[in-house]
Amino acid sequence: MTQPASTKKTGAQILWESLAREGVTCVFGYPGGAILPAYDAMLDYPIRHILVRHEQGATHMADGYSRATGQVGVAIATSGPGATNMVTGLATAMLDSIPIVCITGQVGSKLIGSDAFQETDITGITLPVTKHNYLVTRADEVAKTVREAFYVARSGRPGPVLIDITKDAQQSSCEFVWPDPPKLRGYRPAHRPVAREIQHAVDLIHSAKKPVILAGHGISISGAGDVVRKFAERTNIPVATTLLGIGAFPASHPLNLGMMGMHGEAWVNTAIQEADLLLAFGMRFDDRVTGNLKTYALNAKKIHIDIDPAEINKNVRVDVGLVGDLKETLEELMPQIENCDKSEWNAYVNGLKGDAAVRDIQNLPDNGHLYAAHVINDIWRATEGKAIVVTDVGQHQMWEAQYYKHDDDRSLITSGGLGTMGFALPAAIGAKVARPDAEVWVVVGDGGFQMTMCELATIAQENIDINIAVINNGFLGMVRQWQEFFYERRYAATPMTSPDFVKLTEAFGLTAHRVETRAGVIPAVEAARKHPGTVLIDFRVEQEDSVFPMVPAGNDLHNMIRRPSAIVETGADA
Amino acid sequence: MNLHTFVVHVENKPGVLTRVSGLIRRRGFNIESLTVGHAETEGVSRMTIVVSTDDFGARRVESNLYKLIDVLRVDDITNRPAVTRDLALVKVAATRETRVEIMQLAEAYRARIVDVAPGSLIVEVTGAEEKVDSMVEVLQPYGVLELARTGRVTMARGAIQEPEMTRDFEDVEATDDAAVSYSV
Repeated sequence: MTQPASTKKTGAQILWESLAREGVTCVFGYPGGAILPAYDAMLDYPIRHILVRHEQGATHMADGYSRATGQVGVAIATSGPGATNMVTGLATAMLDSIPIVCITGQVGSKLIGSDAFQETDITGITLPVTKHNYLVTRADEVAKTVREAFYVARSGRPGPVLIDITKDAQQSSCEFVWPDPPKLRGYRPAHRPVAREIQHAVDLIHSAKKPVILAGHGISISGAGDVVRKFAERTNIPVATTLLGIGAFPASHPLNLGMMGMHGEAWVNTAIQEADLLLAFGMRFDDRVTGNLKTYALNAKKIHIDIDPAEINKNVRVDVGLVGDLKETLEELMPQIENCDKSEWNAYVNGLKGDAAVRDIQNLPDNGHLYAAHVINDIWRATEGKAIVVTDVGQHQMWEAQYYKHDDDRSLITSGGLGTMGFALPAAIGAKVARPDAEVWVVVGDGGFQMTMCELATIAQENIDINIAVINNGFLGMVRQWQEFFYERRYAATPMTSPDFVKLTEAFGLTAHRVETRAGVIPAVEAARKHPGTVLIDFRVEQEDSVFPMVPAGNDLHNMIRRPSAIVETGADA
Repeated sequence: MNLHTFVVHVENKPGVLTRVSGLIRRRGFNIESLTVGHAETEGVSRMTIVVSTDDFGARRVESNLYKLIDVLRVDDITNRPAVTRDLALVKVAATRETRVEIMQLAEAYRARIVDVAPGSLIVEVTGAEEKVDSMVEVLQPYGVLELARTGRVTMARGAIQEPEMTRDFEDVEATDDAAVSYSV
């Protein structure tokens, strides 16, 4: 303060200045010793800070914020345990290509390597779970690093970036200069496909008799929804989606077959197995969608469009690999695409659906049971399919994918690649903060909910208005299902006693109801929607219910465990 | 499966070796040999990495290496004419009786004696890996006390090929990537 005319700023001030210039208006974080200078400086900047209850929550919130909007989400924590608590969130974002920037405090640069209090090598630890990471030891590196981190996070195939800033870098001062756009000589996020291969792809598309589009998360990331729809309509090719591709192609579109893979509908997987051409759009042939690779779509030529060259030929050998932004690549393809008639194939695939295509689970009797599928389908009806649904991981996640029909892009937020339990509640907070006008529903199991339920306190403190449907079956349901199918019903460590979720929620100052009958579902959902503020509904659903169909891990995609007919008859269609 | 040799140019920054070796490890490949040193351009290090894999694996190693922001250029020079060298320092036990014999052997390998002590010699041998292997084997009966090898250093013969990057690693626009075929 002795030199008021100076334009010098501390590293901490530069951090916030730089974040603001990157368009950040909100961060999710938890303070601590090594990040204290940054927190102190934060008060002078117009940035909303949401105090989480666990740093893992901060990363999932940043992740949910990003998934709901496509913008970069930001989480901040202190060194040591604060930083290590972020690892799960970083890995979650890494596997699903989500652009988040995590900022961690670090002990003073002179103490690095000395096992100082709350010191941990977080750049070393997070190497495999970040797209890139930085250790900043000087104030004059802060602005450049932040600018570069945001550029890296959001460009090319997006991903999480971590910036570790030593305490002395936050405290010392230097002239603030906002750097030019980064020029990284080793980083080439933009690729474009080879012209002759575009032509090869066009020829394959025109000559295919039994083609299927595999629609993945890349459609959302690239903003290619419209061009994919136009492409599908012009070529008359049916579309199967991955879990993360749900919403990127409207569920109600006549060409949408539904979700593929382990819990995809039988006709979807059968169509893929019988196809003569697969068009993979921004998806990565994960083992959960291919099953046994040795028998996967053996008769199909494959065209793979992805922005990441390392995805081409990683799991499935393809005939044409087009490396580039999906939207740009399809726009390049489109002028050469003629109207196609694949009606014979479409009719055949629709025939595969049989009764299932027209079966409406709402019309099936429940015999007095409360089934999760009914609960989720009722939430879909009540919200008219317009809500952002944030799921956790497990059975409820698959039922959501099957029975909530998403027509809107970015309306399903779920941890696909890493399968992170505990993701839903914090990610939903992030989504709601990013899109305050959207109706946000959490669909979560009793197991996953208990992993991060401390964030109910964050909801209460920050007046977050979301609704939470706990699909409570008293089991770690998906693991129990595997034990039932593959381990002779030996339920090792899957039965789970939970606290009274209604009382628990009320203890946080929030509203909660319990629903035990099917008749109670719609009224409770409607009441929650009308209530200003977060409402939790504890749905006590059927305990030993399973998700069908199912391709056992590593099995051939066409060898599904089908819904037992007895279950279909009694209405437990799930 | 066969040995693939990659020449990798990287930013000379702290932690880059860890990023490169860690990436190859976590993608399930085994590094047979890795050498690193300064390249001809300031601020750039050059690695020679030997990985045991098939052709598809080699493409995956290459494309994954390119995902690292600090990696400037990757060349799989496995099937290109190249000069490969390995350097070894071999400390071998030597008595008054065997010393001359060892020195003669070294000469046959065009190796050099770089240290002479009362009970030992240090032999410096340079050449293709097989030659170094052979030298070490021949010295074994005398008693190899210590062995240090650099691992494989490789350079493609002839003029520099320019598939993707300019020589000085500059004037590469982030968006100006040459179109590369990724199809089979």
